[in-house]
Amino acid sequence: MKGLPPVVITAIVLVAGFAACAVQFPNIASTRVVGNLLTDNAFLGIVATGMTFVIISGGIDLSVGSVIGFTTVFVALAVERWGVPPLVAFVAILALSAAFGAAMGAVIHVFDLPPFIVTLAGMFLARGASFLLSTESVPITAPVYSTVSDFALRMPGGGRLTAIAIIMLAIVIGGALLLHLTRFGANVYALGGNRATAGLMGVAVGKMTVKIYMLSSLLAGIAGIVFSFYTSAGYSLSAVGVELDSIAAVVIGGTLLTGGQGSVIGTILGVLIQGMIQTYINFDGTLSSWWTKIATGVLLFAFIALQQGLVALARRPAAKHAGAAS
Amino acid sequence: MTALLPRRGLAQILALIVILAVDRVVSPQFFDLRLQDGRLFGSLIDVLNRGTPVALLSLGMVLVIATRGIDLSVGAVMAISGAIAASLADSHGLPVVLAEALGAGLVCGLWNGFLVAVLGMQPIVATLILMVAGRGIAQLITEGRIVTFTSPDLVWLGNGAILGVPVPVAIALGMLILTGAVVRGSALGLLIEATGGNARASELAGVGTRAMILSVYVWCGVCAALAGVIAAADIMGADANNAGLWLELDAILAVVIGGTSLFGGRFSLVLAVLGALIIQTMNTGILLSGYPPEFNLLVKAVVVLAVLLLQSPKLSGFAGVMARLRRTKP
Repeated sequence: MKGLPPVVITAIVLVAGFAACAVQFPNIASTRVVGNLLTDNAFLGIVATGMTFVIISGGIDLSVGSVIGFTTVFVALAVERWGVPPLVAFVAILALSAAFGAAMGAVIHVFDLPPFIVTLAGMFLARGASFLLSTESVPITAPVYSTVSDFALRMPGGGRLTAIAIIMLAIVIGGALLLHLTRFGANVYALGGNRATAGLMGVAVGKMTVKIYMLSSLLAGIAGIVFSFYTSAGYSLSAVGVELDSIAAVVIGGTLLTGGQGSVIGTILGVLIQGMIQTYINFDGTLSSWWTKIATGVLLFAFIALQQGLVALARRPAAKHAGAAS
Repeated sequence: MTALLPRRGLAQILALIVILAVDRVVSPQFFDLRLQDGRLFGSLIDVLNRGTPVALLSLGMVLVIATRGIDLSVGAVMAISGAIAASLADSHGLPVVLAEALGAGLVCGLWNGFLVAVLGMQPIVATLILMVAGRGIAQLITEGRIVTFTSPDLVWLGNGAILGVPVPVAIALGMLILTGAVVRGSALGLLIEATGGNARASELAGVGTRAMILSVYVWCGVCAALAGVIAAADIMGADANNAGLWLELDAILAVVIGGTSLFGGRFSLVLAVLGALIIQTMNTGILLSGYPPEFNLLVKAVVVLAVLLLQSPKLSGFAGVMARLRRTKP
């Protein structure tokens, strides 16, 4: 039940916000809008799931946006120019991005460097590599793409649950199970709580670090494939700044940026809150899109301040107990 | 000046010389200078001129990093101050424009400093808020348009010359001397280093660590605002979407190349600025060589990795062991 209170607050914000939107624009409360919300934010949800693991373990991954960009370009070129079957291209890019993440994790652990700066180098590297592949937008016309784009489960009320939304939901559920029910997940929390203690308790710190960054990059690769389905194109400048959106979603979802506490469910709620703000702005029509950024910033501040308050509160009773004992 | 340039700067100076030499090979007229309309022109001057925004950012960033902090919002602050300067330029005099733009940077710095020093937030998180929201605020000021201006005073700030030296370069030099005089001419620099080395111990020793942290973020905000005004003056307009985009990363990189550890403690202003120049010399070199500018990012990534590995505590431990082994051998 770790980190439940912040998650509940995030859920309340989402529901209250959605209700407020629905009061103003009754049309928002339809499965059609909800379906679009899930589809539009599918890649963000996937990448934020990976980011949750990294942040709970006490790290950060700035390279995910660039990995998405690289993936879209690679897939587009492989399918359209090099004549590789899409499935083979997917497997290749997923292996490549997993290896990329593993390499970053290894550098972080072996050389004892701050994750912030190592993944920053990774961000430059992946973005630079995608520029080298192609600087122009490559449209994808493979038949698989139109099949997947057309596929959708009908929801009551005319909403469409698209294939990429289903992929995202599956990954979020899988991520939540992995984090909360497995030894791997417990180790992630242990690393974020205290690295040295985790090592002494017998957690293989090095292996875990490599695996966590591998998972994050792998999910970024999947997000890239989903993004290419979403836009039917590969472009080296796509998903610039997604690392920030996903970090914001993780924080709004109640995960402590210092590590050790958080949940995947909170993260997906954070993603949906960001998507909801965007939807509201689209519905309103007079507000400009930059209000999304300001609203996200305000929410970020509110949630971080709340966390600071909760942490301070959690410390106080402990101090009192210590005083009473002596 | 010798106090400002410690012996450990040798590696950076050598790196700069090597890159300059490569640039000379790539473009034979790299060192040519000519005077035209009272302003010097040439690739070298171009490097200095283009390097000014990052150099200014790194001046503030190096102090923040010395306190074991980091400021991700400098790019967004550049966009805000540039937007303010551009929208006021044609209706107000230069002093008012500068005061408003730098004042905005000061407020941004105060906000960051308040979050870190008073509320005790992690610096990455605290400055992330303004990094996300700041660009939105800048677009609010420009109303989503690219604001252009023609005010000759502000244009001079970006394109004029003092005694042949471009104004931005003169400003950056002035800021370097001013910052150096303040932090190294007094005990301030030492107190900042103490705060970054061990905040708790410094606090117990009587250092006002909160005031130190607050003031470095304020200074960082002001430097970023100045960089934003210069960037806006240079292109005679403000683009809230792209002004200073990703420059926070370049500034952090410049500081790291300058040998200041991300774990706080000892810092060097001159070497941070030198780091900014190294980055710009590489960028210009790649442009002159005719390679596509996309190579910039790859080269940067390799440089970051190389510098990181050199600074790695594990590797320096290894080097220390080797040195000891060599000493014990007869």
